[in-house]
Amino acid sequence: MNQGNPSRDGTPGGRWLLGLLLVVAVAYPLLVSSNYAVDVGMFILFTAFLGQSWNIAGGFAGQMSFGHTMFFGMGAYCSAILVVTYGINPWVAWALAIGVGACLGAAVGFLSFRFGLRGSYFALITLAFAEMFRVLADSAAITRGGLGILVPVRQGFDQLQFVDGRTFYYIALGLCLAGLGIAGWLKRSRFGARLEAIRENEDAARALGIHVLKEKIKCLALSGAIGAAGGSFYVQKYLYIDPHLAFSVARSVEMLLVTMIGGAGTVFGPLVGATVLGLLGELTRSLSDAQGLSLVIYGVVLIFIIAFLPNGLISLLQRRSRKAGGRNA
Amino acid sequence: MDFLLNAVVNGLMSGAIYVLVAIGLTLIYGVLHIINFAHGALLMLGMYVVFFLVTRWGLDPYLSLPLVAGAGFAVGYLLYRGVIGRFSHGKDENILLITLGLSIIFENAALFFFSAHTNIIDLDYTDDIFILGEIFIPYTKAVSFAAALVICLVLSLYISRSDLGKAIRAVAKERHGARLVGINVETVYALSYGLGIACLGAAACLLMPSYYVSPTVGHSFVLIAFTIVVLGGMGSFVGALVGGLIIGVAESVSGAFLGEQLGQIAIPIIFILVLLVKPTGLFRGAQ
Amino acid sequence: MESKKARSPQRREFIARSTAVALGTMAFPGLLRAQSAKEVRVGIIHPMTGLVAYSGQHCRLGSMLAIEQINNNGGIKSLGGAKITPVLGDSQGRVEVGVAEVERMNEAGVAAYVGCYNSPVVIAATQAAAKYETPFVVDVGSSDLIVSRGLTNVFRFSPGFGQCVDTGVAALETINKDAGNPASTVVIVHESGEMGTGTSKLLMNQLPDIGLKVLDVIAHDNPARSFDNVALRLRSLKPDLVMHTGYANEYQLLARTLKRFKVPTTQFSIMGAGFGIKFLRESPDAAAYQMDVNHWYRPDDPRAQALKNEVEARKHDFVYEVFCSYNAILLLADALERAGSADKGALTESLAQSTWSDHFMPYAPTRFVNGQNEGGRAAGLQILNNQIEMIYPEQFASAKPVFPNPEFR
Repeated sequence: MNQGNPSRDGTPGGRWLLGLLLVVAVAYPLLVSSNYAVDVGMFILFTAFLGQSWNIAGGFAGQMSFGHTMFFGMGAYCSAILVVTYGINPWVAWALAIGVGACLGAAVGFLSFRFGLRGSYFALITLAFAEMFRVLADSAAITRGGLGILVPVRQGFDQLQFVDGRTFYYIALGLCLAGLGIAGWLKRSRFGARLEAIRENEDAARALGIHVLKEKIKCLALSGAIGAAGGSFYVQKYLYIDPHLAFSVARSVEMLLVTMIGGAGTVFGPLVGATVLGLLGELTRSLSDAQGLSLVIYGVVLIFIIAFLPNGLISLLQRRSRKAGGRNA
Repeated sequence: MDFLLNAVVNGLMSGAIYVLVAIGLTLIYGVLHIINFAHGALLMLGMYVVFFLVTRWGLDPYLSLPLVAGAGFAVGYLLYRGVIGRFSHGKDENILLITLGLSIIFENAALFFFSAHTNIIDLDYTDDIFILGEIFIPYTKAVSFAAALVICLVLSLYISRSDLGKAIRAVAKERHGARLVGINVETVYALSYGLGIACLGAAACLLMPSYYVSPTVGHSFVLIAFTIVVLGGMGSFVGALVGGLIIGVAESVSGAFLGEQLGQIAIPIIFILVLLVKPTGLFRGAQ
Repeated sequence: MESKKARSPQRREFIARSTAVALGTMAFPGLLRAQSAKEVRVGIIHPMTGLVAYSGQHCRLGSMLAIEQINNNGGIKSLGGAKITPVLGDSQGRVEVGVAEVERMNEAGVAAYVGCYNSPVVIAATQAAAKYETPFVVDVGSSDLIVSRGLTNVFRFSPGFGQCVDTGVAALETINKDAGNPASTVVIVHESGEMGTGTSKLLMNQLPDIGLKVLDVIAHDNPARSFDNVALRLRSLKPDLVMHTGYANEYQLLARTLKRFKVPTTQFSIMGAGFGIKFLRESPDAAAYQMDVNHWYRPDDPRAQALKNEVEARKHDFVYEVFCSYNAILLLADALERAGSADKGALTESLAQSTWSDHFMPYAPTRFVNGQNEGGRAAGLQILNNQIEMIYPEQFASAKPVFPNPEFR
C-alpha cells in the first residue's frame, strides 16, 4: 500500500529524487532572477499546503468536504482581527489562529460526525458551514462586514511582512514542508492507520475497536489547524481579507482539486496537484488572451486527468516505481 | 401583519423558482447519487438558449418550454453518455470532479462566446402584477409557481407509473440488484441525467422573464438547490416541492426580519439543522 | 529482472532537464522580448474574466483606444516619437492573480501600470508595484482606502467615492431645493461589499445635514436573487427617495422590481454601477427618470462625442469604465511627455505635478494630493426622453432635472 511515497518503496532512486526536489525548491529563488517566477512558486507551495489541509480529512480519512475554505477564512480573519483591532503581534496572532482553526475543526467534526453524517451529507454540511460563515462575516461588525479588513503596511520580520517576495517564498516552502511532514507522519503513525481504516470501511473499523468519532474529530481538528495556518499567511502576504476572499466556494474547490488531481491520501498528492495546476494556469493564461478561453482549457484538462488518471497524477509515479521495484506490483 | 403575509407569499413565489432548479438536481442525486456540480452552469446555458429564442426568433419563453426541455434532455443524455459516464469509471468522486470540470468549461465558454454582460428580456407581461388587497404577486412568478406544481406532479406520476420510472426507482434503490434483473443501469443513468437537465430547461424558460442571464448566473441558485434536495429528501419530488417552498419562505421571512444581508443565513442554518436532525429529509426518495 | 539502478538515473535526468527548461522560460522572460528604445511599456490589468468581466473589458477597451490614439498621433514626442506598448493582463477579479500580473509585467519592463477596477485588487496590486517604485494610475476603483496608505506611486485621476458622495449630496440638496423641497425621507439600499458599505456610511452621516431623514438602510448580497421583499418593505416605509449603490445586475433588478411593484418613490443613486446606456436600452420603462451620480463626460465636448461614436462603432457601450481608463492613459502620456523620460522616478514626479487639462471631464483643475486628483468630480445624471442627460453641475448640464419622479407625483 505504498501510495506515492517514493522514499518508502525502498528504491534509492526515490530518495535521491526527493533530495533533488528539495534542493531545487530551496535554491529556486536564488537561481531565478524573476520576482514573478518566485511569486508563482510561492503560490504553488502555498496552495499545496492548503491542499494538505483537505488531504488529511478527505484523502486520508475519506471525509470529503466542500467547505474547507472555512478553516482558511477563519484563520485569515482571526489573524486580521487580532493584528488590526487588538494590536497583537502577527506571529502570535498566527499561532492563535492555528488554535482557533483546530477548535473549529473539532467543533464541525463533533457536530457532523456525532450525528452520523457521512459521504455526500458531510460534504454538503461543510458547504453550509462555509456559507454560514460567509454571511456572518458579511454582516458582523467585528469583521467590518463587506468592507473587509486592511492590514496596515508595516514591514519587518517582527511584523511578518517583507518587502522581498523571496522571504514569503521561503515561509511558504516551510509551510509546504511542514504539511508534507505531517502527511508523512500520518502515513507512518497508528493515528494515520486508523484514519485509513475508517476511510476503507468505517463499520469494520469500528468493529476492530477504533473509536471512530474521536479519530474523525481529531482528524478534522488537525485539518482545521493547517487550513487556518494558511489563512493567516495569506493575510500577511496580501494584507487584505473580505468575506468573499475568505469563504468563497472557489477556494474550497481549489483545495479539493489540487489534492484529488495530485492523488488523495498520498503525501505528495497536493504538491503534485498544485504544481501541475499552477503551471498549467500560468501557461494557458500566457498563451491566450481571449477571455475565458484559458479557463476552458483548464476545465478540459481536469476532465482529461480524471478520465485517464483517476487515482491522481501520483499514480504515474506509482506505476513507474512498481515497474522498477518489481516486488511492489 | 400585511408585511409578514407578503413576505410569506413572496417566499412561496421565489421558492417555486428554486423548486424548478432543485427538481432536476434531486432526480440526478437520487438516482446517480452524485452531486451534479454542473447544475448551475447548465441552467445558465438553458437561460441563454431562452434568451436567444426570444431575441432572435421572437419565441415566447413559456411557449418554447417543451422545446427547451427537450433540448435539455438531449444535452443531458449525451453529456452523460459521452463524458460523465464514460470517464468516471464508476467512481463517485470522479463524477463530482468531472461535473466540476464541465461547469468550468461551460461558464467560460459562455464568457467567450456571449461575453460577460447580463442580458434581460422584456416582454409585454414582464411588469404585470396581480394585486389582491395588500398582496402583490407578479404575473411571471405566479406562472412559475403554477408550473412548478404541475412539473412536480407530472414527474412524480411518470416516475411512479411508467416503465422507465420503475427502472429508475430500481436503480436508485439497489443498483446491483437492478442490474441482476436485466436493467441496463448505464442507460438508466443517462436517461435520468437527461431528465434532470430537461427540468433545468423548463426552469430556464420560467426563470428568464423575472431574472437575468450572464455566464455566472448559475452560482446564485446552486447552493440553494442543494439545500432543498437534502431538506426535501434525496430523489423525492414532493420533497423538492415542499422543501423549495419552505426554503423560499424561510429566506423571505428571515430577510424581512433580520435584514436582507443577515437573512441569507437562514438557508445554511436550515441546511445544517436538517442534516443534523433528519438527514434523510422530509420525504422518502424515489422509492 | 531489470536493474533498478539502470532506470533511476534516466528518470532523474529527465525530470531535472524538464524542470530546468520550465524554470528557464519563466525565469527569464525578459530575454524573450527585449524592449526597443522607441517604446514605453505600460502594464494594463483588468478583470477580463469573472463576475465583473463586463467592466474589465470596457476598461481595457478605453485604455487601448487611448493608446491607439496616442500612437497614431506620433507617440510620445519628447521621447523621440516612442510608441506606447500595452502589456495586457487579466486579474480575473482575484487579488492573487492581480499581484502575479504586477510581477510578470515588471519582468517585462513596464514603466507604469493602469488598472484594476476591483478595489481589493487595486489595493494589493498598487502595493506590489510600490516595491519597484513603479507608478500606478488607478482608472476605476473607488475605495478611498486606495489613496490613504501613504504610497507615493499611486495616482487616481477619477474621484473616489468620498468625493462622489460629496457631489451627490450637494446635487441632491440643490435639486431638492430647486423643486421646493418635496423630499424629506430616504431609504438607502446598498450592496454588502466595500463599495456599497462605504458609500452608505458616508451617506448616513451627510444626509441629515441636508434635511433628509434616513428611514432605513438595507444591505443586500452579491449576487441578489430577488428584491421583491425589499420592494414590499419600501412600499410600507414610503420614503420619498431610494438611494441604491450596487453593481450592474442588482441595480437593474432593483429598478425593475420597484417598477413592477409600483413603489411610489424617486430613485436617486450614487455610484449606481448599473445606471447607463445598457440599462436604458434594455429596460426603458424602468429606467425613465432615474437619477444617478457617477463618472460622466461633458456632453457638449466634441472629443467625447467622437470617442463615443468610435466605441459604439465597435459595438460596445460608452460606459464610464471606457472613458475613465481612456483618461488614465492620456494622463500618463502627458506625464511622459513632460518628464521627457520613462524613468520611474521622473515619471512619478511628473504625475505628482500634473495639471493635465486636455480632457472632456467635468472636473475642477487637476491637482494631485496624496495620489488623489482633487479636481475629480462626479456628475449628476438623469434619464429623460430615453436619453442620459447631465443635470448637475449646472455649468455643464445638458438638461434640467425632473424631480421628484413625475409618475408618482
